[in-house]
Amino acid sequence: MGKLKTALIFGAIAILGAVCLAVIALHQGESISAVWIVVAALCVYAIAYRFYARYLAGKVMGLNAKRPTPAVRHNDGLDYVPTPRNVLFGHHFAAIAGAGPLVGPVLAAQMGYLPGVLWILVGAVLAGAVQDMMVLFMSTRRDGRSLGDMVRTEMGPIPGIIAQVGVLMIMVIILAVLALVVVKALAESPWGTFTVAATIPIAVFMGLYTRYLRPGRVGEVSVIGVVLLILAIIGGGHIAADPFWGPAFTLSGTTLAIAMMAYGFVASVIPVWLLLAPRDYLSTFLKIGAILALAVGILIVRPHVQMPAITPFIDGTGPVFSGALFPFLFITIACGAVSGFHALISSGTTPKLLENENQIPLIGYGAMLCESFVAIMALIAATVLDPAVYFAMNSPVSVIGDNAASAAAAVAQWGFHITPGELEQLARDVGEHSILSRAGGAPTLAVGMAHILSGIIGGKAMMAFWYHFAILFEALFILTTVDAGTRVCRFMIQDLLGVAVPKMRETKSWTANVVATALTVSLWGYFLYTGVVDPLGGINSLWPLFGIANQMLAAVALILGTVVLFKMKRERFAWATAVPAVWLLICTLTAGFQKLLHPDVKIGFLAHARKYQDALAAGDILAPAKTAGDMHRIIINDYVNSALTAGFLFVVLTMVVYGVRACLKARKINHPTVVEQPAAHELTLEDEAMDTARA
Amino acid sequence: MRWGKDARRTASLMVGQPDYEVYVAHAEATHPEQPPLDRTAFFRLHEARRFGAGGAFRCC
Repeated sequence: MGKLKTALIFGAIAILGAVCLAVIALHQGESISAVWIVVAALCVYAIAYRFYARYLAGKVMGLNAKRPTPAVRHNDGLDYVPTPRNVLFGHHFAAIAGAGPLVGPVLAAQMGYLPGVLWILVGAVLAGAVQDMMVLFMSTRRDGRSLGDMVRTEMGPIPGIIAQVGVLMIMVIILAVLALVVVKALAESPWGTFTVAATIPIAVFMGLYTRYLRPGRVGEVSVIGVVLLILAIIGGGHIAADPFWGPAFTLSGTTLAIAMMAYGFVASVIPVWLLLAPRDYLSTFLKIGAILALAVGILIVRPHVQMPAITPFIDGTGPVFSGALFPFLFITIACGAVSGFHALISSGTTPKLLENENQIPLIGYGAMLCESFVAIMALIAATVLDPAVYFAMNSPVSVIGDNAASAAAAVAQWGFHITPGELEQLARDVGEHSILSRAGGAPTLAVGMAHILSGIIGGKAMMAFWYHFAILFEALFILTTVDAGTRVCRFMIQDLLGVAVPKMRETKSWTANVVATALTVSLWGYFLYTGVVDPLGGINSLWPLFGIANQMLAAVALILGTVVLFKMKRERFAWATAVPAVWLLICTLTAGFQKLLHPDVKIGFLAHARKYQDALAAGDILAPAKTAGDMHRIIINDYVNSALTAGFLFVVLTMVVYGVRACLKARKINHPTVVEQPAAHELTLEDEAMDTARA
Repeated sequence: MRWGKDARRTASLMVGQPDYEVYVAHAEATHPEQPPLDRTAFFRLHEARRFGAGGAFRCC
């Protein structure tokens, strides 16, 4: 493309983007159309991809299209297979797309739509996509080694172990929090519980079908599965209305938590083809379909954003989660802006399938931009709701009471007006007894999606179907994640325990399997259970822990990237990874210290523990405790959460120390000290010279 | 149609199943004396691998 043509086109995009951003930032009064946000986001992504990704590729990383990738060098048709870039893009996007970008933005909407939109855009463009691309680049140059491996090789064995322990800790908290989201969505919801429970026999049927009847026919069996799921959603409505089965499927949060732990244990232990794999097919295809449907829906319906640009809750007194805009906005929206977990995936299977280094911008940077767009859509779905509905759905019982009248009165005090009748009608519209205090993000997103999708097909009459469809796809997706994650954790634990007890290492051993799985499920189950009984709603205190953990891992990945750039003697470009790393460190450290030491009992774990300890010493029992035993349990839980937070802080601080050390060491040496796979013989001397000259 | 084939490959790879034809072509080119895995064995191998130590876990 001629330079002038590029300048004109992207100049126009820049102006369009700036106008849209100005509109969404400065608009007063009437609600604005969500399309402004969509267009602003697309413009920002277009410019970032065309200019910044290209800059990273050419100048910062020095990608070399002639350098054979591991897929080319080790091509075995099985694991290392050069894959066309569009196919690989789809695979990588599906691999990074999770439940995170659907939950975080919904929670952050309590501060208004503007902070969320800005952080999702700026964070993704300057930090998240940079991280994904950098890790993909580093792993490709190391034959597809994992993140932990790369930390070990480039920074030393001790940081390697610390990083791996950190990953295990993150996984436990992620599994607990995701499971909590599902429990919150299904508690006291017979329709939802039936539909999600029905996915188990459907998946088992699909598993047997692909194992014995028609092996390999993934598409076919998925279509059958989806049809059965739709029947389950429709059936759920009848079940919920039934006088016997309705109450039978109306389960409390604690019952569901235990059911989920039992189910997670079983699903991870039995052969994968029977339950896990078929559920994976369903949830992957459903998720992609739901994202596309939401995108199309927003474009057709063009809903208006009702949430104000900024709400008073940026001061930290919000009901959905406690904590001021800084640092907690940046912790709450992790996955749509920067997600450390992507670093594990970008160093997973994708580097082994990459055809050519020049595709790294598309796959590394581009896929993250798409994920960021999913987060934008989730934010839109949450903010097109009446703010009164949003707050009624997301505030805990202790704040808004347990009936429509008290909820309406409570949200009126914040300036959002709705009648109790309207709240009850909305519950009836979506086929639930009540929509109050349905926290955790999933129900809010489901209501938002139901509004949008029923605008395309079905109208008001189908709101209940679309609501439960949205609940189903999220729950299905999260449950598959939880079970797959339990398996991954179990392997990690088997590895770690195998150091002391060699029998644990044997992956085929049934005993080792059961022991490690039980241990894993107990770990996340503990946090899940305490989250469920927490009066503030669990998500309120656990989601920030998850955000801190995730951003911490991202900081680790970016620190590794900085170290590698120093070792490649490209340190004058190291700001590209170092600046976002420093930002993430500031956010996670501030948030971590606040969660530990903040005097507000709604924020600081230790302050909360002290309050209950003082009460216990004085002989009082504070809600939700009913006995002294309950009081003790609450205090212990606070200390466990504090220990976990302190653990994350320790991991990130030690990684900073080792990172700085490694950078300083690399600076003193005159030649590159990276430990890459040698660029194969196909590189000519000229190419080598060009490589070094570019540095 | 090329687009349809790519879509099918993408959908398969999204659930951890690389292209079987590519594997067979590669196997025949590199070690023709050793028969490649049949379709079912290939499918089951990758299905099992996906849920191993590294796989299929997406939080975000």
